[in-house]
Amino acid sequence: AAGSISGLYVLHKEGDHEDLAPQLIPLDYTSCPDVKVPYELIGSMPELKDNPFRQRIAQVFSDDGDGHMTLNNFLDMFSVMSEMAPRDLKAYYAFKIYDFNNDDYICAWDLEQTVTKLTRGELSAEEVSLVCEKVLDEADGDHDGRLSLEDFQNMILRAPDFLSTFHIRI
Amino acid sequence: VQIQVEEKEDDTEESSSEEEEEEEDKLPRRESLRPKRKRTRDVINEDDPEPEPEDEETRKAREKERRRRLKRGAEAKKFVSENEGALGKGKGKRWFAFKMMMKKKWVKFLRDFENFKAACVPWENKIKAIESQFGSSVASYFLFLRWMYGVNMVLFILTFSLIMLPEYLWGLPYGSLPRKTVPRAEEASAANFGVLYDFNGLAQYSVLFYGYYDNKRTIGWMNFRLPLSYFLVGIMCIGYSFLVVLRAMTKNIGDDGGGDDNTFNFSWKVFCSWDYLIGNPETADNKFNSITMNFKEAIIEERAAQVEENIHLIRFLRFLANFFVFLTLGGSGYLIFWAVKRSQEFAQQDPDTLGWWEKNEMNMVMSLLGMFCPTLFDLFAELEDYHPLIALKWLLVRIFALLLGNLYVFILALMDEINNKIEEEKLVKANITLWEANMIKAYNDSLSGNSTGAPFFVHPADVPRGPCWETMVGQEFVRLTVSDVLTTYVTILIGDFLRACFVRFCNYCWCWDLEYGYPSYTEFDISGNVLALIFNQGMIWMGSFFAPSLPGINILRLHTSMYFQCWAVMCCNVPEARVFKASRSNNFYLGMLLLILFLSTMPVLYMIVSLPPSFDCGPFSGKNRMFEVIGETLEHDFPSWMAKILRQLSNPGLVIAVVLVMALTIYYLNATAKGQKAANLDLKKKMKLQALENKMRNKKMAAARA
Repeated sequence: AAGSISGLYVLHKEGDHEDLAPQLIPLDYTSCPDVKVPYELIGSMPELKDNPFRQRIAQVFSDDGDGHMTLNNFLDMFSVMSEMAPRDLKAYYAFKIYDFNNDDYICAWDLEQTVTKLTRGELSAEEVSLVCEKVLDEADGDHDGRLSLEDFQNMILRAPDFLSTFHIRI
Repeated sequence: VQIQVEEKEDDTEESSSEEEEEEEDKLPRRESLRPKRKRTRDVINEDDPEPEPEDEETRKAREKERRRRLKRGAEAKKFVSENEGALGKGKGKRWFAFKMMMKKKWVKFLRDFENFKAACVPWENKIKAIESQFGSSVASYFLFLRWMYGVNMVLFILTFSLIMLPEYLWGLPYGSLPRKTVPRAEEASAANFGVLYDFNGLAQYSVLFYGYYDNKRTIGWMNFRLPLSYFLVGIMCIGYSFLVVLRAMTKNIGDDGGGDDNTFNFSWKVFCSWDYLIGNPETADNKFNSITMNFKEAIIEERAAQVEENIHLIRFLRFLANFFVFLTLGGSGYLIFWAVKRSQEFAQQDPDTLGWWEKNEMNMVMSLLGMFCPTLFDLFAELEDYHPLIALKWLLVRIFALLLGNLYVFILALMDEINNKIEEEKLVKANITLWEANMIKAYNDSLSGNSTGAPFFVHPADVPRGPCWETMVGQEFVRLTVSDVLTTYVTILIGDFLRACFVRFCNYCWCWDLEYGYPSYTEFDISGNVLALIFNQGMIWMGSFFAPSLPGINILRLHTSMYFQCWAVMCCNVPEARVFKASRSNNFYLGMLLLILFLSTMPVLYMIVSLPPSFDCGPFSGKNRMFEVIGETLEHDFPSWMAKILRQLSNPGLVIAVVLVMALTIYYLNATAKGQKAANLDLKKKMKLQALENKMRNKKMAAARA
């Protein structure tokens, strides 16, 4: 599986932006292992291009949080999203993806962002805030108005759909 | 004075004995008035203890000490010699290097093997393509299909290699025995396509069916025990199927998560509704729409008070709908029974006078019922006005009841026929004894009369045959499977493909928009397809004891189904507009599969245990019951003491005791599981209370600080 993932990486690097790739990515990694693929290329991969959370995914798995990924980041991303990854690992990374402001808590603003992205802005502001309220009601165990990692894990690990939806097949 | 340097690894006994000798040879020192100053040599000698009087205890203590030091010394030696090689020096160097190389090669081999295993999994790309276009729920059908293919592959390997292959290689060939030859009357038409399609003629008298096998205890130069193998493979197939289904269910149990369906309703909607597998803009569009709809509905449910509609009207309508459903089920059961009876009549008539419909009537009736009744159920469900999720569950239950009822009516009709054949056997036996008497007379005549004539010989095709109910059962199941396959494919071609072509090409010249209006493209019916797959598998389990070729036919069927349905789905179907899954976990379908497995092996086991095998065909002919082959094997092939022990073990008292113990164990495990669930709930409540307390405390502290 590792071989196919890195093959995918090379393939996509040399994909659409022909003028970018050959100068950017050398064929031999040992001399400069920190080559980064820009976010635009990652975001246009067929597996990710229709995903409303692709930017967050790239940001979470990249080193600097800017969306540009090295080979290691790329491998990490696909390995967490694969079928074999354990539930706790997936829950941890899901938490980081849905935490838009990177403050280690999913607060009401993060929830609003998530719901808006999910519905492409078709719900009214009132409906969105109702949904966020309900989520906090249900999942906030320590009643501090935001979801900590424990609250999130407690809630998500019970969901029967989680494993089958939080999964990218390569 | 001699200075002793103690060597660490030497034993102290030697050094202490040396000390004693030295002490005795020393000259006594002059006593002086000067204060005793410790001299270097005294200091060196100070560490040596004075030899104390030798009593038992000190001797024992010294022995123990000596042994302990010996052991430590030996361990140290071993450690050094083992790890010397790692340092690159000493005698262990080459062996160590060799070991490291082998370890690395082994790790690499394991990783390559894992990669190979992953690459061997078939159809991964197809499933990925379907997932990205239709989402994970449609793809779950294809994953289920692939899993079934794996199970059937094992069944096929078992039946092929242990039953069909030995008979083909080492059994008597076609034409040598009466049971292996087409009877003279049918010989002319034995190779016609029509006859072969019905699995009569040459297909019937071949390794594909039960009747061909001979009942000799061993065959071939390896003394392969065919009847025993036939029986054991049948039982093993059932056992293996149970094992594999139960294992799949227990693997999924953790996923269910305790079944709190409503505590995290909105949270799950927010965090688990996007399907990361989607890779197609049209599907993504659909998904966004369905998520929005889902949220809007949930919000409306949350806000709206329960409006009391006319509850009596609703109850009456639901009662009416259920009444219609019962009517449909009863009607379909009666239709099948009537069709089986008619097919028996047709079997008596001359096959040439029957048209295609008469010959295939029964199978067509069953397949058509399976196709049209679900639509009827859908219609009746309009009356009921349930929430779509509940309506889907009711639909599934009804379709399940329909298919189960059909299957059991079919089996009842078969049992009827089997009993008829067993009655017939008695008559045929009488006829055969008469015929044999005639033959013997003719033989004696030929001996006494014409001694130079050709030896008396009766061709196997001319010998009168007994009826063979097992082959008949096998044939019925094989025919049913084949007609089921054809019906499915024809339905897909006409219902999905032609309809899609019509909608696509006639849209240009039609009054209303065909694509969004009435016919439009079909959606992939997940539950219908999964149920059809489950019931077909049930038929395979029922029929494979009597027709060892059935798993092989099913493998072909599943293989072509995979390609055909993948193509049809990608080409003619559209993703569903509203996504309602029948159950949250996969265990619902696996549970149904387990139920079908149980219900379909029951008739087979009943037949094995209580019906006498035909006297003229199959590996158990001549015995009183099929399982007697085990007793026979015990007598002939095992030493007598083993047979005695096994006979003691099958003593009813022991069996009852074992069953009781098993029942008690099940009860105990059940009680433990319940207790643990209760403890779980208790802990959850405690956590909630604790969190509330913390919150109160935080509030108080914040108030106090302010």
